[in-house]
Amino acid sequence: MTASIATNQTILVVGGGISGMTAALEAAECGKQVILVEKAPVLGGRTARLYRYFPKMCHPTCGLEINLRRLKQNRNVRLMTMTEVTAVSGSRGNYEVTLKVAPRFVNENCTACGKCAEAVSAEIPNPWNYGLDKMKAAYLPHNMAYPQRYVIDPSIVGTPEGEKAKAACPVGAVDLDMKEESVTLQVGAVIWATGWRPYDANKIQPYGYDRFPNVITSLEFERLADPQGPTGGKILRPGDGKEAKNIAFIQCAGSRDENHLRHCSRICCMASLKQTQYVREAYGDAGKSTIYYIDIRAIDRFEDFYQMVQKDATVSFVKSKVAKIVENTENGNPVLHGVDTEGYHRYAAEHDLVVLAVGMEPEITGVKLPDDIILDSSNFIEGSKDGGMFGAGSAASPLDVNRSVQSATAASLHAIQVIHKTASTEAA
Amino acid sequence: MTTANQSAIERYRNNFLREVEANVEEGHMVKMCMQCGVCAGSCPFGPDWEHSPQKIFMMIRAGKRDEVLGSDSMFMCTSCYNCMVRCPRQLPITHIMHGLANYAHRLGLAPKGQPTREFATLFWNNAIKKGRVNELTLTLRHYFRGGLVSGIKEALGMQSIGLGLFLAKRLNPMEIFGGHGVKDLKGFHAIIAKAKEIEDRKKGFTA
Repeated sequence: MTASIATNQTILVVGGGISGMTAALEAAECGKQVILVEKAPVLGGRTARLYRYFPKMCHPTCGLEINLRRLKQNRNVRLMTMTEVTAVSGSRGNYEVTLKVAPRFVNENCTACGKCAEAVSAEIPNPWNYGLDKMKAAYLPHNMAYPQRYVIDPSIVGTPEGEKAKAACPVGAVDLDMKEESVTLQVGAVIWATGWRPYDANKIQPYGYDRFPNVITSLEFERLADPQGPTGGKILRPGDGKEAKNIAFIQCAGSRDENHLRHCSRICCMASLKQTQYVREAYGDAGKSTIYYIDIRAIDRFEDFYQMVQKDATVSFVKSKVAKIVENTENGNPVLHGVDTEGYHRYAAEHDLVVLAVGMEPEITGVKLPDDIILDSSNFIEGSKDGGMFGAGSAASPLDVNRSVQSATAASLHAIQVIHKTASTEAA
Repeated sequence: MTTANQSAIERYRNNFLREVEANVEEGHMVKMCMQCGVCAGSCPFGPDWEHSPQKIFMMIRAGKRDEVLGSDSMFMCTSCYNCMVRCPRQLPITHIMHGLANYAHRLGLAPKGQPTREFATLFWNNAIKKGRVNELTLTLRHYFRGGLVSGIKEALGMQSIGLGLFLAKRLNPMEIFGGHGVKDLKGFHAIIAKAKEIEDRKKGFTA
């Protein structure tokens, strides 16, 4: 279907988060042909699931909206959602990629009216809220979804629930006979903007993420604070739905640890500093945030933000990596045990909620990539041996949104150079 | 003050970290500590000793030689290895603690009367005599460490266990007359002497 438009002067961008969108748009706005593939049914990646950005504390809707507008205006980008790369062969300037397109079961007639979701009663865990709540099996992932088109979960296809969704659709957009497709394309350069995932907190055994409901990850906390999240923006702890006012943030949960992730994930300090301001926003002076840290690494100009938070009387800092968490079985409060480094005082501190500032693990960890790809010791993409494939954003290094955009723009320029070289060789 | 101690002070003047690196088992890893405190918090004996591993490592870097080598903390380690498996930098903390204990003991700076140190010394002297541990003489020596009266008291307190062991043929009263040893006792002593020579060379105890 799309094979005819792609040539060896086309750039393939893998991943439609903030980095992939940026990389695709930068190249497209330079007049290059781009194919942007995204595994999920929508663009936006992890950025769309944040409540606010640091340091300006604005909402991700802003940055994403601009990019979506650029995307809609640009004819050079071909977007393919629910698509994964299964194979890459060939070399710089002349790759052949195989894509697997999963069925959405909803075609382009969809007007996002939502009647299918009303008709369906089956529910599935909501991945956009990190499984904190459930959503209908016929769904629009989130309000910012692009494309604005519903998705039917494969679990209800072939069941009466699926038929209900089909019957409810007024424009005949539900197509339960869609099949998985395989597409082969020619491209000249590949940008891997495959992003990151939170490190599996269950592996940090002493923190009891798997045992204590009131120990959550920083990503889950973003969803709790978000008005579009499972609690409507109220910071209610998962254990008993109680308001959590006294919150502990544990830094380096998985990062800077030879037993987990070797690297410093770089964003988590700023993320926790930012999240203390969610607590202030929710409770004013009645809220209490405590950050347990090894070192606060507020990179470059973010030092200002750190100093601002230090002045906040509701925020305190304990220089210590928490050794273990136990649960007070009477009230479900997590109790943090450890020894601080400023005086070596042993503490047993009780909090309403513990937020683990989990590290960034490359999403491609455990995925077989083309042999040509060069990875560092933490599986971040450094590039490819033949110089035709590039990592961008948090696939290349643990980066925040701002730096991901910079990295993606750089990757885009590299890819454009590959295309230019290919073009000039062919002309000669 | 022992001569070994004096020459060590002379050689590593004001640089205790270098001294530890050169002479203590795995001592070169001390500088890798990033002071996160997980070892201190993970230690089951944590509240019961003066200096946690984290604190000891910082004291080494701060050059607090007398405090470190005079600390009883290293002797409190039960070798559970909890600190070592949890350390984000994978420092061999347990080994370093044992290394420090051994170094402090050999310099004669380890705290006098520290029970673990006393018993370890007793055990070692007992074991190298015949190449086997003589449990009867070891326990008796242990009981009578504080004098005759307390020894008799302690021994009487354990008599039912002793009787049980005897009836189960796990304790031979004849062992009190020296006991049995390894087959080649001379060879065994030669091995120990050689090992000591190598260790002395490695840890800077040769003159």
